[in-house]
Amino acid sequence: MLSIKNLHVSVHHKEIIRGLSLEVNAGEVHAIMGPNGTGKSTLAAVIAGKEVFEVTSGEIIYKSRNLLEMAVEERASEGIFLGFQYPVEIPGVSMTNFMKTAVNEQRKYKGLDPLTASEFLALMEAKKKLVDIQSKLTNRSVNEGFSGGEKKKNEIFQMAMLEPTLAILDETDSGLDIDALKVVANGVNALRRPDNAFIVITHYQRLLDYIVPDVVHVLYEGRIVKTGGKELALELEEKGYEWLKESNS
Amino acid sequence: MPSYLIREHQVEKEQHDILSEVTSGDYKYGFVTDIEMETAPKGLNEDIIRFISSKKNEPAWMLEYRLKSYRKWLEMTPPGWAHLKINDIDYQDIIYYAAPKPKKELQSLDEVDPELLRTFEKLGISLEEQKRLSGVAVDAVIDSVSVKTTFSETLAGLGIIFCSFSEAVQKHPELVKQYMGMAVPYGDNYFAALNSAVFSDGSFCYIPKGVRCPIELSTYFRINAAGTGQFERTLIVADEGSYVSYMEGCTAPMRDENQLHAAVVEILAMKDAEVKYSTVQNWYPGNKKGEGGIYNFVTKRGICKGNNSKISWTQVETGSAITWKYPSVVLLGDHTTGEFYSVAVTNHHQQADTGTKMIHLGKHTKSTIISKGISAGLSNNSYRGLVRMGKKAEQSRNFSQCDSLLLGDQCGAHTFPYIKVENKSSIVEHEATTSKISDEQLFYCMQRGIGTESAIGLIVNGYAKEVLNKLPMEFAVEAQKLLSVSLEGSVG
Ligand SMILES: Nc1ncnc2c1ncn2[C@@H]1O[C@H](COP(=O)(O)OP(=O)(O)O)[C@@H](O)[C@H]1O
Ligand SMILES: [Mg+2]
Repeated sequence: MLSIKNLHVSVHHKEIIRGLSLEVNAGEVHAIMGPNGTGKSTLAAVIAGKEVFEVTSGEIIYKSRNLLEMAVEERASEGIFLGFQYPVEIPGVSMTNFMKTAVNEQRKYKGLDPLTASEFLALMEAKKKLVDIQSKLTNRSVNEGFSGGEKKKNEIFQMAMLEPTLAILDETDSGLDIDALKVVANGVNALRRPDNAFIVITHYQRLLDYIVPDVVHVLYEGRIVKTGGKELALELEEKGYEWLKESNS
Repeated sequence: MPSYLIREHQVEKEQHDILSEVTSGDYKYGFVTDIEMETAPKGLNEDIIRFISSKKNEPAWMLEYRLKSYRKWLEMTPPGWAHLKINDIDYQDIIYYAAPKPKKELQSLDEVDPELLRTFEKLGISLEEQKRLSGVAVDAVIDSVSVKTTFSETLAGLGIIFCSFSEAVQKHPELVKQYMGMAVPYGDNYFAALNSAVFSDGSFCYIPKGVRCPIELSTYFRINAAGTGQFERTLIVADEGSYVSYMEGCTAPMRDENQLHAAVVEILAMKDAEVKYSTVQNWYPGNKKGEGGIYNFVTKRGICKGNNSKISWTQVETGSAITWKYPSVVLLGDHTTGEFYSVAVTNHHQQADTGTKMIHLGKHTKSTIISKGISAGLSNNSYRGLVRMGKKAEQSRNFSQCDSLLLGDQCGAHTFPYIKVENKSSIVEHEATTSKISDEQLFYCMQRGIGTESAIGLIVNGYAKEVLNKLPMEFAVEAQKLLSVSLEGSVG
């Protein structure tokens, strides 16, 4: 589904991703772990198409297409979803209106008619249940005044609404208490299907108790330095990231 | 402009529309007898004013009023304080009287500028409306005349007078004479004086004592409403204990051969009366290079004459090359309320200098100002407001919130708040913010599949929500679309 080969990415002439390769197949859940500042969010943003990040070499193929040639909103409509590490606030725009616009723009891209108001509301009710999000959250402005936990749950809610093919969750677990963490994990698990895939970026292995990954990668200084099964996450938890530095210097 | 009354008939009409489109070749009653065109020669002098007045068959007092205004105007000079760059206007190069001429009738929408049609579509204007606005012949059966007639019968039953200004001069001279110039005296400012001398037509509205006008009054319904003119004049009088919500303007882009527009709107609210005035202004702003476009110099003022009265102005300004407009409220009675809610959008080379004046004279008076400026392109957008608490305006309050939103870094936003407090018990609060649409916000929207233009529309409408919420439902939906359309191509 997603194939990244020898990717190099710079921001303001500073190289952040330095030769990264990654293969993600349908039905898989990949976890990417690694210390702060190693380029995890950068990788997520590049896949989503954020412009400040300049791809200097390498390629990203998604569903057999050159992803790097696609516009941000096109990537989204083709099923790429990014759960942001720091979701931004959009004052005055209700979640309902925001989601309705997003759902219908994606439908338009696919050549489908927009959902009617009642169809949309029914969809929203169903997805709210799925991710256990409170009704009042969708009446409020996008992320405005949301607590950290609410913001993260809101990302999962949006993911459920948009039913992506490839969802990248960037530290969606950070700062969550155990209940919120379960909500996030349950959301992901409920949406797992043989034809979609997840990349879960996390700092802690805690989340991986609830979302069981097929593959775990360790990202360090812009490269994937180690790949393994779910036991790798436990190993990291025990040893910390220090040993990486030694084995890579 | 189209109202819910029209909407109710829409489905039916659309069916008719399709029918008439299919068979348009057979509809020949689009013809209008050639109305005798009468136009005054260019320029302005007392003879021209006499000519205008006699064409309109006006009583002597009206002519006197015009002449008095003209003489005052001669002594005045155009204001230079606004944050605007204005080319000199040659007042002798303008035609001040032309009998209302029907737009050239087209046989079908195929003949209309496709650019204009695309805009109509984006604004969600029905086919019926599109035709009406672009001057396409409309089948007599589906014309809205019948709707308008029922409408005016309802009003007449309540004693509400709603007619053109010219008609009011003929039929209700005592009311016009009594109230005209009360809120905006003929010598108030340069443009008001000019308007008082040469005003073409406009609307007159009188709500009798204790009557709550049951429908949003829209100029759209005014029977025989000629196209909005260059020098419009509106007078709204709400008698004791009455209520009216009045809408003027139109979200559809309006073109006019006349570059200079100088309108006057006066509102008078008697004891316990309430007037809600909403407007959407979308005059031709000129092309992307800043050529052409309407100069819009408007004087709008309301007086809360009686105790407990309330006047609120809500405006959405997206058009015109230059906008100069300060809808104001004089809070004369005790316990009166004045409100001003404004969204002003400027793009390309547009310039807007707009705001309000709240003049507190009575005790326990209250005013609220919410102004949302949105600037894009190379435009300039200024808020200019005066809040004055008079000596006797004890225990009065004002709250002002003036926000500016910038799209891009070549546009300007300016805030000029003037505050004068002449008593010790009144409170004036002023808040101002300037923000930009952040790349993060845009990226967030786009990551959800929302294209740049829609994303900007969404963010801008969110920003302006507080004001848009004050518009009558019907108008609000159109205004939202209008904001998005006005800012097209402003980012990226
Ligand atoms: N927009 C940016 N401008 C400059 N530097 C950036 C930008 N975004 C990220 N970086 C830098 O890139 C590096 C990787 O950051 P990031 O991808 O956020 O790491 P992680 O998510 O693994 O913590 C950091 O050194 C960070 O400072
Ligand atoms: Mg990060």
